[in-house]
Amino acid sequence: MLATNKATPFLWGYRLYVIAFFVFLAAPLVAASVFAFNDSVFPALPWQGFTLDWFFNDSEPKLGMFHDRRLLRGIYYSFVIAALVATLSVTVGTTNAFLFVRGQFPAKNFFYIVMVVPLVIPGVILGISILVLASNTANFMENRYDFELELLRPGIFLVVMGQFSFITTITSLVITARLKKFDESMEEAALNLGASRARVLRTITLPYLRPAMIAAGIVAFLVSFENFNTTLFLVGSEAPLTITMYDRVAKVGSTPVLNAVSFVLIIGSGLLALISILVQRDKSVRWAPNA
Amino acid sequence: MQQKDFRRLALILLFAPFALWIILLIVLPHIGIIALSLREKVAPRVYEFGFGNYLDFLHEPIYWNTLLRTGSMSLLVTALALLIGFPIAYYIAKLAGNRTRGALFLLCLIPLWVSDLIRAYGWILLLRETGVFSSFLQWAGLVDQPIEFLYNDATVIMGLVYTVILFMIVPLVSTLDGMDNSMIEAGYNLGGNGFTVLRRIIIPYAMPGIVSGCIVVFMLTAGSYLTPILLGGKNSSWFTEQIYNQFITRFNWEAGAAFGMLLLLFTSVVIWLGLKLSGQTLANTVAKS
Repeated sequence: MLATNKATPFLWGYRLYVIAFFVFLAAPLVAASVFAFNDSVFPALPWQGFTLDWFFNDSEPKLGMFHDRRLLRGIYYSFVIAALVATLSVTVGTTNAFLFVRGQFPAKNFFYIVMVVPLVIPGVILGISILVLASNTANFMENRYDFELELLRPGIFLVVMGQFSFITTITSLVITARLKKFDESMEEAALNLGASRARVLRTITLPYLRPAMIAAGIVAFLVSFENFNTTLFLVGSEAPLTITMYDRVAKVGSTPVLNAVSFVLIIGSGLLALISILVQRDKSVRWAPNA
Repeated sequence: MQQKDFRRLALILLFAPFALWIILLIVLPHIGIIALSLREKVAPRVYEFGFGNYLDFLHEPIYWNTLLRTGSMSLLVTALALLIGFPIAYYIAKLAGNRTRGALFLLCLIPLWVSDLIRAYGWILLLRETGVFSSFLQWAGLVDQPIEFLYNDATVIMGLVYTVILFMIVPLVSTLDGMDNSMIEAGYNLGGNGFTVLRRIIIPYAMPGIVSGCIVVFMLTAGSYLTPILLGGKNSSWFTEQIYNQFITRFNWEAGAAFGMLLLLFTSVVIWLGLKLSGQTLANTVAKS
């Protein structure tokens, strides 16, 4: 149809453009990955031969990432934070979906917009505003009641709150979209057959929402794992990986161990993204062919 | 009666997490930061209410120049991302064969969540003086000494477009995918040429996707920190860097809060204008992507 009634040279040019775009898209990711396997202390040409030292070697000067204490600790904190953020934001995302799809209350459209707003606030501002509120509250408690609220000082709790504040919008939107497509007559049928409300929720509605909840959880996990702007202001002594890596880039400069970490992260987040697409694929795929 | 009570209780239980989230993490922090930005330091540990932090911003050309520069470069990045991304999205949604379509869209989705830091790091390895491009050009005999591609505005803009373009392409593909091909064919059958069909049929249809992509891309660019710092170096003059300096380096939270509010005000005004000019709302653009 569209493709066939255009001149072929134009279409060939168009295809070349698309190919060039994907080369552009891949170039820095390939560069970051490939030098992880170069047997040199600098991530640069010339190629000195293949090595896995930047992953597994246990001594300087080529300390591999799996023996680098600080990087491993960063990965561990990133995992803890991302898992907490994913759990919390999927939970609240699910209640929000029920609230906006099933609930009847005044000013619903207004509140729906309010729910979307955190996604269009720059991350830096979420970071500083939560930092300011938490510090003021903690200072107030300390001065007035002589009570030290350690939780509100920069650290894992604040990082989780900061990321949760905008990631919940993403999970809410994904789960809401799925719940909107749910056929409520299925619930009614189960109720008519004598099932309790809790049982209908557990055996019918939640299983239906599960693909969206898993996909939303994976996206939340990935967004949390790669977040830098919000985290930067809220981080305490438990620095997650992006902060540790940034410190390394800024202070030490580039070293191939960062390429090794990049390689692992690119593969890991690619696989997770793939899983999140596959679990949603069965029925409600956005990019499914029209046919 | 019991049914009604149950519904009310359920509604309250569902509303509670939403209200806690919005009030504790969005509304109160923003009230706090507005209050902080209106606090002037008159002497050590003595503060009074006033617009001093905002006046400082106006009196110091470096500050408002940085904001203007960040704003105009973000608009440029948004426009470039749309111009470069739209043909790609159109190709994926409308021109590619069934199998290629899925594969190409996957190629767009998989790197979507790779950290800005890794992307910028990859570009550094390619573009710096001892990087791959420079080495390649020397090896090919095109230049006789290393070339530094980093630390200039063109590279910062390229890097920003690279970081955000997938957030433009993905909503566009979703929107264009929902468009019926017969609409385009009808346009051609009625005698329109390629350009007319694009302008009168495809773009109006894709408008929610275009606006959604532009809003997200603009916000991400104006709020970005890593890409301008790492690719532009110390002189990248990005506004988020000013906020960071005030907060972390100079520990002047009052000024940092005022800068944060100015950035938020600026991005909100641009987003609001964009929505008004295109006749869209937040609910039918960003909420759908």
